[in-house]
Amino acid sequence: MTGKFILGRYVPADSLLHRMDPRAKLILIFLFVCVVFVANNPVTYGILLLYTFAMALLSKVPLRFILGGLKPILWLILFTFLLHLFLTRDGDVLFSIGRLEIYEGGVRQGIFISLRFFLLILMTSLLTLTTTPIQITDGLEILLGPLKKLNVPVHELALMMSISLRFIPTLMQETDKIMKAQTARGVDFSSGPLKQRIQAVIPLLVPLFISSFKRAEELAVAMEARGYRGGEGRTKFRQLHWAALDTVMLLVLVLITVLLVILRT
Amino acid sequence: MDISLREVEYRYQANTPFERLAIQDVSIDIPSGIYLAIIGHTGSGKSTVLQHLNAILKPTKGVVQIGDRTVTSEKKQKNLKEIRKRVGIVFQFPEHQLFEETVEKDICFGPMNFGVSEEEAKERAREVIKQVGLSEDILSKSPFDLSGGQMRRVAIAGVLAMKPDVIVLDEPTAGLDPRGRKEIMEMFYRLHKEKQLTTVLVTHSMEDAARYADKIVIMHKGKVYKEGTAEEIFASPEGLIELGLDVPDAVRFQQRIEKVFGTKLSKTCLTLDDLTEELTELLQGGGRK
Repeated sequence: MTGKFILGRYVPADSLLHRMDPRAKLILIFLFVCVVFVANNPVTYGILLLYTFAMALLSKVPLRFILGGLKPILWLILFTFLLHLFLTRDGDVLFSIGRLEIYEGGVRQGIFISLRFFLLILMTSLLTLTTTPIQITDGLEILLGPLKKLNVPVHELALMMSISLRFIPTLMQETDKIMKAQTARGVDFSSGPLKQRIQAVIPLLVPLFISSFKRAEELAVAMEARGYRGGEGRTKFRQLHWAALDTVMLLVLVLITVLLVILRT
Repeated sequence: MDISLREVEYRYQANTPFERLAIQDVSIDIPSGIYLAIIGHTGSGKSTVLQHLNAILKPTKGVVQIGDRTVTSEKKQKNLKEIRKRVGIVFQFPEHQLFEETVEKDICFGPMNFGVSEEEAKERAREVIKQVGLSEDILSKSPFDLSGGQMRRVAIAGVLAMKPDVIVLDEPTAGLDPRGRKEIMEMFYRLHKEKQLTTVLVTHSMEDAARYADKIVIMHKGKVYKEGTAEEIFASPEGLIELGLDVPDAVRFQQRIEKVFGTKLSKTCLTLDDLTEELTELLQGGGRK
């Protein structure tokens, strides 16, 4: 179940994207998310598509693996597509099935919106595929640093984030282990009527909750025992380095943004 | 019920960048009524082997034969419950699988999943709770109010209540104190003897393997390194020691005696009693054989 899903997973490799400063990557993603909404015709969407796939190639993560991992999201995208297909009433009627009419605008809107969706997910997956969770949190903590002046507990938030990210694999492992144990006791997680399958979740969730609470307590004790007392004056073990590569990557995206603004209709 | 593995290979997360070969070319026979021990380091693949025994994992290559069912990589398996009913697995730290409000309900959970009626399941709960050395009044308690050792026993009882033909134990005594360890191992041995329960024990402990098992399989780096009776395995312990595996104290002691005195005892002694007897004989005989 957990085998092929790639959301939030890191694939170690040595590529341009892996070597980028997490701060640059975060800014890049943020900019990209805004830029995606600039595109509004085939040419601009084409440029974005090219750019995204170029980035995917640069990451050196096998494309087949990335796309395979996004399969679960495909349903969501399909749903979005159909929603727009049926509900947009714009342009000429292409054809009609009974009372249902498909408009030309609906097809265009459907394709654009689902493409937008797809690009956003692909780019953000690239971020997590090429950046360790720890790097992401470090980057975020620095980028959000100025908010400390507004009394936002940036360090605490970053810590919370890194702890929860750190324990996702542990939780996955544990889920897998308990699922196997309950399967051996005759629980069927993958087939049978819906009601039964929902009931099957209880023997999984109760042990997971219990061990999570236990682990949280142990972690708190362990942190206290090692003298953790918050972010004030705390130095960093991992220093971030902004290199020429990062500036270049950002400039490329800025150029593309300018191009899109010119080409949009 | 006989189980056999033929040239089994298993890869975790096949066809992803995370692909990892866990076991390869593993062939093991588990005839009905045997007590088999599988030994190896962490990461030697013993837990992976164990999960093939009731089709929780499907081999990526090779054939697993469980009774009259054949499990291979191609075939889509249906009705695996039949297998799981007959092969019970006690996973490592089984107390993590407890979830019900009362001990009784938790023990009944397995049998009832396999279609046993509620009364029958409760009947079994009373029976197995005694087998694992706990008293009946614990049945009405919440499993989360128990001590770690008691939770372990309740979890084991939950598997025993399924009345499997084959029981598979994955380091059932890890993290227990020496006394609890001995009691649990003795209990499984008694079950094996009294009910001819086929038992597969996965363990680090050479002592346990030497004492209880009819046959020992040693796993190393995902392959079967050696297999045979305890005597056969420990007759030449040098290889094992080289792999960094533990050898029973008696065997180690015998080896040193033999080295120092430049003699050879008539057999490989697996327990302290055996060794004492042999040594007395040697001393009384007053010399070399």
